[in-house]
Amino acid sequence: MNANIGNPHNGATPLVEMRDISIAFGGIRAVDHASVDLFPGEVVGLLGHNGAGKSTLIKILSGAYPRDGGQILINGEEVQIGNPRDAKAYGIETIYQTLALADNVDAAANLFLGRELLTTWGTLDDAAMEAEARKVMGRLNPNFRRFKEPVKALSGGQRQSVAIARAILFNARILIMDEPTAALGPHETAQVGELIKELKKDGIGIFLISHDIHDVFDLADRVAVMKNGQVVGYAKTTDVTKDEVLGMIILGKCPPNAIRGPGAID
Amino acid sequence: MTQTQTAITHPTQDREGPVSAFLRATEIDARMLGMFGALILIWVGFHVYGMIFNGNGAFLTYRNLWNLSVQTASIAVMATGMVLIIVTRHIDLSVGSVLGVTAMITGAAQVWIFPKVLGLGLGHPLIWILAVLVALVVATAIGAFQGMLVAYLEIPSFIVTLGGMLVWRGAAWWVTRGETISPVDPNFALIGGGPYGSIGVTASWIVAIVVCVLIVLSLFSSRKQRKRFGFPRRPVWAEVFIGVVGSVLVLGAAYVANNYPWPVGIVKQYAAAHNITIPEGGLFVGHGFAIPVLVAGAVLIVMTFIANRTRFGRYVFAIGGNPEAAELAGINTKRMTVMVFALMGTLVGISAIIASARLNSATADLGKIDELYVIAAAVIGGTSLAGGSGTIWGAVLGALVMQSLQSGMVLIGFEAAMQQMVVGGVLVVAVWLDTVYRRRIK
Repeated sequence: MNANIGNPHNGATPLVEMRDISIAFGGIRAVDHASVDLFPGEVVGLLGHNGAGKSTLIKILSGAYPRDGGQILINGEEVQIGNPRDAKAYGIETIYQTLALADNVDAAANLFLGRELLTTWGTLDDAAMEAEARKVMGRLNPNFRRFKEPVKALSGGQRQSVAIARAILFNARILIMDEPTAALGPHETAQVGELIKELKKDGIGIFLISHDIHDVFDLADRVAVMKNGQVVGYAKTTDVTKDEVLGMIILGKCPPNAIRGPGAID
Repeated sequence: MTQTQTAITHPTQDREGPVSAFLRATEIDARMLGMFGALILIWVGFHVYGMIFNGNGAFLTYRNLWNLSVQTASIAVMATGMVLIIVTRHIDLSVGSVLGVTAMITGAAQVWIFPKVLGLGLGHPLIWILAVLVALVVATAIGAFQGMLVAYLEIPSFIVTLGGMLVWRGAAWWVTRGETISPVDPNFALIGGGPYGSIGVTASWIVAIVVCVLIVLSLFSSRKQRKRFGFPRRPVWAEVFIGVVGSVLVLGAAYVANNYPWPVGIVKQYAAAHNITIPEGGLFVGHGFAIPVLVAGAVLIVMTFIANRTRFGRYVFAIGGNPEAAELAGINTKRMTVMVFALMGTLVGISAIIASARLNSATADLGKIDELYVIAAAVIGGTSLAGGSGTIWGAVLGALVMQSLQSGMVLIGFEAAMQQMVVGGVLVVAVWLDTVYRRRIK
């Protein structure tokens, strides 16, 4: 499999490269020799139907699933990601579709879950964590005030901003957003769009996962389309139309301006 | 900083009654208040019932309240651990049996092994220390072992501990083939309370004052912390209120314990041993806090600290709220499960020490059906069986409620069968009330 798949940065080293990744669950090949890459400041949309394998592929990168085969390279060097802690150590942060929040504790506790700030006595420094939480939430969602309440009391949009805040709090270099706007209203969706543009400017690479092309097309620089665990093809969003991408998603048909993947049919 | 300024504005509700305004300002949980109310109702209820039907209200006496505190200690200690077990969506049905086997091993060690095999001789001060260590190590190891079965072999905790309940009860019998070990080491027995196992009037006042100072200091430090970052704070009157109520409760407990006199016989024995002449009209020697009560108090403080101020406690609640999220956040949930069960074991060890010391003997039946009282205490104290929520304080209050019912019914002369029925009924009603409360607060 060649490196730099359909990317505009010929010769440059990608921030992340996933090569030939495979994983099977009880005989079903959820991801079948899939490869994707991502450059700094780039947004790559990972598209496909429900069950196409995109979430699974990305969970391998975030350390939630162990892969059966393939390589992961960060800045050109092969790395071992065995659990979520490893991924975080490489600056990979994930916003899961389910948000993965502990509903019974407050926003600050969720933001720092697994990475708590401690006092010199080794106890939780709740005040410092709340201060940081107020800072980052002030940037994302200035109207947010409910710092003392468990996150289950928050609205969908507020919960989403907690999940996003957690991902950007620790200076992520690689951000994975799995259906980030699925639970949001139009206003909040626009907010997330603004945030993505801002993060892009900071040189963060973003994988944007969605089954809805409209969510992704305007924000992404490139798309990679998956079907039945395989990559159908890669394309710059400037080179293809929405209809062509839709054809990739639904039929697995690779248009002429896209780069063919192993999963393309015709 | 604009951030701090916006942060200070407190979200004010439009319509707010004086009660909810008071609760919000003091940040007192309405549930907690309800439990205190229930407790007072039970106490006064039994007292008045006794006055009317038996001619004397035996409940609200120094003697009974002191006894109540000692009787609650063992269950209360275990209930604090059960909170964490239930919060992480597990259950431990084996605590009563583990208490039994631990007490038997500890009893055998201090009566048969340490004095003879180690040649320490009876009553050597090392014996009780070694015995305490044995109890803690044995119970912690059993807890950790069961935790490993739950975490790594993925056997449901209900099954592991249901099996454990039978296995460890059987093991308790096997330690001595059913023989009761009595009496235990005299120093060890002091941990169970009694006249000599209490710290006396002066020491009790000192303990109470120290606790009051700690309450005030902790209020100050948390206020200072919030000030440092410019967060909303409680109004000063609310802080003063909490400090005063807390201190009054602690000092009141000391007052009650100090006013329960030693029995005349013990006073005579003590006076004879210390060459004191008993004055006309008898010598008053107050009990003061019993040692098991102080142990339970220390456990309460330490466990509250663990639950609220440490990473471990934070992870326990996060796992209970969403195990998958905790795993994705990089928490080693399997190791946490083992640690929670091991901690439960340690607390069972402490309870085994208290229970066998109080009885001055170890029997294979010690702690039988304690698991149900412990779970009931945690649940009455507001621990949700669905996991994710519960307080250490609540469980201790729950244990006190259970024990108050039990003792109260004994005092007014209910039959044993009736007592069981009432306790069972109260458990069901308490959980129902809690469900109603939770639904309304949503």
